[in-house]
Amino acid sequence: MLKQIWEITLMNLRNLGSRLGSSSVIVVGIAGVVGVLVGLLSMASGFSAALQSTSKPDRALIIRDGSNGEMSSYISTQDLNIISRMEGINASSGEVFVVADVPKKSTGTPANLVVRGVQQSAFGIRPELHIVEGRNFATGVGELIAGYKASLEFSGLEIGKKIQFRDSAWTVVGIFESDGNAYESEVWADLPVVQTAFRRDGAMNTIRVILDDPSLANVIQQRIQDDPRLDLKLVTEDEFYKAQSQQRADLINTFGVSIGVIMAIGAVFAALNTMYSAVSVRTVEIATLRALGFGGFPVVVSVMIEALVLASIGGLLGGGLVYLIFDGYTASTLNTGASFSQVVFDFAVTPELLRLGITWALLLGLIGGLFPAIHAARMPITVALRGD
Amino acid sequence: MSEIVNCRDLEKTFIKGKETVEVLTGINLTVDEGDFLALMGPSGSGKTTLLNLIGGLDHPTAGIVSVSGIDLNGLSSSALARWRAVNVGFIFQFYNLLPVLNAQRNVELPLLLTKLSRSQRTKNAATALEIVGLSDRAKHKPGELSGGQQQRVAIARALVADPALLLCDEPTGDLDRGTADEILELLELLNRDHGKTIIIVTHDPKAANHAQRTLYMDKGKLVEEATA
Repeated sequence: MLKQIWEITLMNLRNLGSRLGSSSVIVVGIAGVVGVLVGLLSMASGFSAALQSTSKPDRALIIRDGSNGEMSSYISTQDLNIISRMEGINASSGEVFVVADVPKKSTGTPANLVVRGVQQSAFGIRPELHIVEGRNFATGVGELIAGYKASLEFSGLEIGKKIQFRDSAWTVVGIFESDGNAYESEVWADLPVVQTAFRRDGAMNTIRVILDDPSLANVIQQRIQDDPRLDLKLVTEDEFYKAQSQQRADLINTFGVSIGVIMAIGAVFAALNTMYSAVSVRTVEIATLRALGFGGFPVVVSVMIEALVLASIGGLLGGGLVYLIFDGYTASTLNTGASFSQVVFDFAVTPELLRLGITWALLLGLIGGLFPAIHAARMPITVALRGD
Repeated sequence: MSEIVNCRDLEKTFIKGKETVEVLTGINLTVDEGDFLALMGPSGSGKTTLLNLIGGLDHPTAGIVSVSGIDLNGLSSSALARWRAVNVGFIFQFYNLLPVLNAQRNVELPLLLTKLSRSQRTKNAATALEIVGLSDRAKHKPGELSGGQQQRVAIARALVADPALLLCDEPTGDLDRGTADEILELLELLNRDHGKTIIIVTHDPKAANHAQRTLYMDKGKLVEEATA
């Protein structure tokens, strides 16, 4: 049986050369489906990765109880003093989180850029962040440093340039990187200067803390709840960024899969058409083999294998092209998860997405090959020998 | 001689839409081992249908087809496929060679259904090609061979598994007179020197002259018999 399958399959595959045109329909159709699917999902994957890579297990945010993000939170100086002295807190940084309208380089239209006012302790809390060009901002003056991705995406964030927020001019003095995470989509400046410029009257939005031990998160949360002076809550960065990325990633994933399904339906018809015509031009050959004593099952399997081979080529082509074109491609989107700010991220064509793309391709090949294969095996030999 | 083919009260009808077409009615036929039988008759007389039933390519609507004592009606499709591989060699009007395979590999095809080793298959295919006089064309693909040569390859393919019965459907229908005679002489040689039982369907009286016996069919019935 295996020998029969092997020989018929080999014959089918050798025949491909004479059917390049029709065979390429299935390859291109499936490559298109896989390309669009993997391309869209790599956007969600890159967006999630940018936000989730921002988190560290021993880092947490303290925000107003009832807030679902940094922007809607309110922290007083008294809150900061209590938290910074609390047992289990290793380091803390009070921070202002505001957005400013800055034109995007690509469109010239204004978009929300995060302006984070930080204390110097913020740099110790985020050791992954380092200045790659220029210098850090000086305290007490209108200077800022821009995240690398923000400097690519927004106009006027080059070193030495002045940029206008809230009627005050800010000088860009440095560019920083932070392992490609969400901080690179922000600009940072001295906390008191930001508080003044954005009329925060000494108030902050969040406190970023380092815990003595990540397992203490629940204990510290309980301490905060038990303290009658505080109306705050602790959220670990893992939880916070997962929740922030979930909504947008889900939206992109749903969109990607929906488009993929619609295209897949088209590709299945293309595959069916191709395989029916492949079987049709070989009707007499298949019937001859069956007349000689070859079974129907090897015919079915060999036609299926041919469809799967073509689908695999399509899948590899689509996945490969998307990898070459999109992997690492920088884009930005609005983070609708409570901050309403632009997050700049790199498309991530991960091995998991490529595996998913190949799985889809094989599935389409399987569906596209099955019916023509059964048709080939069931056709009466005497009819097929006439080429009808 | 013992009989190899026995058809009793054979009937075959096809349904085309609402119409039932009787293709064979009341066929009784016996073919002995070593016979060379020609089936003649006008188009649509049922010659090919009868040949297909004897070769196990189709099932009769009624009646019995028995070949070498085996009632073909009792065999499932897969059993029938296995039976064909061992017992029958088919030769078609348009040769039905696989264009992507060379002559040697085309001839080897029926041997893939046996347990012969690769080297034994190659050897047997070479012997079959030698019998039909095409040893020097073993590596040529069908497209590189003339019609007569392609039919010789098809005959070698029919022979290679050493079946007792060769069924030929218009084997010279696509060939010029000279080449057709060569093919018919080859079939005669296989019948005479190799003991093959041959049934040939043909329109050509000259082709039928090579057979020992000729049966005439008309409107699905055997109407006349002539012996050479």
